[in-house]
Amino acid sequence: MIEPELIEKINRVLAEEFEVDPNIIKPEANLMETLELDSLDLVDMVVLIEHNFGFTVRAKDFAEIKTFEDFYQFINSRINGSQ
Amino acid sequence: MRRVVVTGMGIYSCIGQDLDTVRDSLMTGKSGIIVDPVREQMGFRSYLTGFLPEPNLNSMLDRRKRVCMSQEASYAYLATLSALEQAKIDNDFLTKHEVGILYGNDSSALAVVEGVDILREKKNTTLIGSGSVFQSMNSSVTMNLSVIFKLKGINLTIAGACASGSHALGMGFMMIQSGLQDCIICGGAQEVNPYAVGSFDGLSAFSQRNDAPAEASRPFDAGRDGLVPSGGAATLILESYESAVKRGAPIFAEILSYGFSSNGDHISVPNIEGPKRSIIMALENSDVRLEDIKYVNAHATSTPVGDYNEALAINEVFGELKPFVGSTKSMTGHEMWMAGASEVIYSIIMMHNSFIAPTINFNKPDEASAKLNINNKCVRLSFDISLSNSFGFGGTNSTLIIKKL
Repeated sequence: MIEPELIEKINRVLAEEFEVDPNIIKPEANLMETLELDSLDLVDMVVLIEHNFGFTVRAKDFAEIKTFEDFYQFINSRINGSQ
Repeated sequence: MRRVVVTGMGIYSCIGQDLDTVRDSLMTGKSGIIVDPVREQMGFRSYLTGFLPEPNLNSMLDRRKRVCMSQEASYAYLATLSALEQAKIDNDFLTKHEVGILYGNDSSALAVVEGVDILREKKNTTLIGSGSVFQSMNSSVTMNLSVIFKLKGINLTIAGACASGSHALGMGFMMIQSGLQDCIICGGAQEVNPYAVGSFDGLSAFSQRNDAPAEASRPFDAGRDGLVPSGGAATLILESYESAVKRGAPIFAEILSYGFSSNGDHISVPNIEGPKRSIIMALENSDVRLEDIKYVNAHATSTPVGDYNEALAINEVFGELKPFVGSTKSMTGHEMWMAGASEVIYSIIMMHNSFIAPTINFNKPDEASAKLNINNKCVRLSFDISLSNSFGFGGTNSTLIIKKL
């Protein structure tokens, strides 16, 4: 179970950083396509995670992430450990 | 050889961010210099700088483009937007024609320092972010603007110290003159922040009139004690005369000639012979008679040796003809990599509005400047040919002769 506050924070920081309407972020939506990310943006995703969630990842860690739900799970597992 | 004309101009400077404001500042002798308290806190000898607002491009460019832009690239973007608009060049024209860019720039220190600070703190290169490399490179302006404007022609940064902007115009002039390009976005950009000029301040090259910022830059005056760093960006659209006429573009001026030289001497101390050879080369490459040049926009930065030697060089070339000689740096401070381009714009503005801008703070000549005709008040004069000097560290010299059309 992911805390709603965490999902809200993730949506907010993604929308602010990548300048999209927060309303287009849906759990089942494709993360890369919805945020219009390219390979350079994944570098900034690493920066965003470090700044907002306090841990460091590598860009290749995003390889298995397809949807926003995947991203929530990824962030949650790194904060709270695998559940 | 083809004629090369100026069809658009744009500027982002400490004396104005549009041509009309710049004209008024030049006419009234308005200084753009302020005291920067941050420099005092950082241990600078001189707290003086040209002041210009930080551009906010949020509503103009998407995130990816903004993330990659250095401070000087943002100045250059705004100057270039204005220049393209004046030249009546739209996105459709840029897409369908081979338009190039040659821009003077010789540092991007702010981006380098910010990136290295993150690396030292985080010990992780990815955390520097995706934009830093594109902000940090010397070609930051040309790489960003060529992408934003979808340019298809020459794409190159000219690094020639404080003559960068002038050499960029000179190189653009030669490429269009020879038929290699029809239209090139030319100019110069200079970042404005303490990191860019700290080491320069350390050479005791800057004025220490910290209590009187508007009086600190005083080219040719006997009481000058150093330059005032400044910056921004200036863009000129250079185009073949045929292309401009075919498009029905406005034509403001013609670049008549480009001269250049290297002193082959000291790394920081200018001499007389190098600049003199640059001026003579520009004259010999044109059909202009010496007496036709009514105004010399001098490089004169307000340093004791530089102004002295340039005054002697100008005097040795012009002798008793005594055209008006001035330094707009008395108002702008030294716009460095940008200066060679902005000062051509200042000269064109003067020619189109029939005045010679004052060299403010020029109250008492020294032995060399006494030989020149320097006005410290605005002079009304109709004239159509001017000469612009730009010199830089390492002894690089550039001279352009421009005619009003």
